[in-house]
Amino acid sequence: MKDLECQTVFFKNKPRIIGNYSIVGPKEGKGSLKNYFDYIMKDDMFGEKTYEKAERKMVEQAVMGAVYNANITPKELNLFMSGDLLNQIVTSSFAARSFDVPYVGLFGACSTMAESLAIGACMVNAGYFNNIACATASHFSTAERQFRYPLELGNQRPPTSQWTVTGAGCCILSGKGNGPIVTSATFGKVTDWGINDVNNMGSVMAPSCASTMIAHFKDTNTTPDDYDLIVTGDLGKLGSEILIDLMEDHGYKLGINYNDCGQVIYNGKQSVLMGGSGCGCSASVLNSYILNKVRAGEYKKVLFIATGALLSSTSTQQGDTIPGIAHAVVIEHFEEKIINTSKKTKGRK
Amino acid sequence: MTELERNERYNKYVEAKIAKTHAWPSLFNAFCFGGIICVIGQLFNDMLLSIFPTMATQSAWTLTLIFLIFVASFLTGLGVFDKIAVYAGAGTIIPITGFSNSIASPAMEFKNEGIVFGMCAKMFVIAGPVIVFGTVASIIVGLIYLLV
Repeated sequence: MKDLECQTVFFKNKPRIIGNYSIVGPKEGKGSLKNYFDYIMKDDMFGEKTYEKAERKMVEQAVMGAVYNANITPKELNLFMSGDLLNQIVTSSFAARSFDVPYVGLFGACSTMAESLAIGACMVNAGYFNNIACATASHFSTAERQFRYPLELGNQRPPTSQWTVTGAGCCILSGKGNGPIVTSATFGKVTDWGINDVNNMGSVMAPSCASTMIAHFKDTNTTPDDYDLIVTGDLGKLGSEILIDLMEDHGYKLGINYNDCGQVIYNGKQSVLMGGSGCGCSASVLNSYILNKVRAGEYKKVLFIATGALLSSTSTQQGDTIPGIAHAVVIEHFEEKIINTSKKTKGRK
Repeated sequence: MTELERNERYNKYVEAKIAKTHAWPSLFNAFCFGGIICVIGQLFNDMLLSIFPTMATQSAWTLTLIFLIFVASFLTGLGVFDKIAVYAGAGTIIPITGFSNSIASPAMEFKNEGIVFGMCAKMFVIAGPVIVFGTVASIIVGLIYLLV
């Protein structure tokens, strides 16, 4: 932090992820990661009257599930941080009504999962809060009606478009306990390379992702080979290809350890064009597959970069170009030497 | 390199990177599905005229349109129309079925926001421009017809 150029924060006190939970819709539940999700909804409505209510319920369930998995009680939560795609982040704020916990609403579009993890890790590392719930969600049907067309409209999707993931994820960050640790976080800059096509989010976010990634490698003095997995949020097929090209221009070669959540969440037979997108995309993949593998020690060091396109339907209609953002967090496998068996009594202090 | 140049170069690069799609399969599908819809309409029209031989041709046309509008809206309600339209493309959009779907789908979508400000107000979000342009075009054509 002494260096003004430095975008990366290093965490000495080992903020750790003591619990995580993911919940996805039926379509994602048929995808290639179906065996890793904690809960798969039977239908998109989730027993609610509107899709918006369903999305809120998903966040609530994700938080409660993560609290349960972390072996703490809801009373032990100190802070709830969440964000989503809907106007005025209603999903997160409305879900926060259910918890008797201080709430911080975030907006980073699809980058929210990394954003909340990064800010949460800062707070835990500093010792201001102990148990922080970092959550985010997106729902195909609510995003579709806000940003695009009615669901039943008989239109064809452009080949570069992506499919908003119906899913939510939450992880509990804590100063004590067992779980993967967050060792550093790189906050991204907003970049705009002049793309104004709302159906081509991958190319909007790829330059932002490259900018954050390069800053991260420079600040931490690492190369792509130092990570077991480098995973981006929702660049999709086209965006990932662009990212690989952009990184190569800067002398970084992304190899087989690079992947994209949007590309892996669905299986090849599901017609999703470029892949998944939305806050829920990176959140559900991180909180299922990735964290479980890090916890098990199969991945020792993971660079998680969630990317977001910061547009609104008004800015799009007025023909503005779309700015993008990306935040990165490094998650590492960690096991405390002395394992305390009575987890229940472990809380704050 | 200035920012503008960079953006221009990037836009060109992205343009080249996007996999080109071929127009022929879409055109073929649109032709087939659009054709089928027209054949169904014609069959209905002929059927009407053969059952009611005294019916005026104009009335039979109107009833055929109503029939096609109803079927498209009904299929929209069942959630089938958009699945057909993914393959049909312009085949389902160009005939009156597309117009019917563009009214029925927002009406369904926004009914949770209330009858007046939800369903009724949002019903024309997609069809509205079509109605405006249709009306303006017909006025222009009418004026030309009057003068020529």
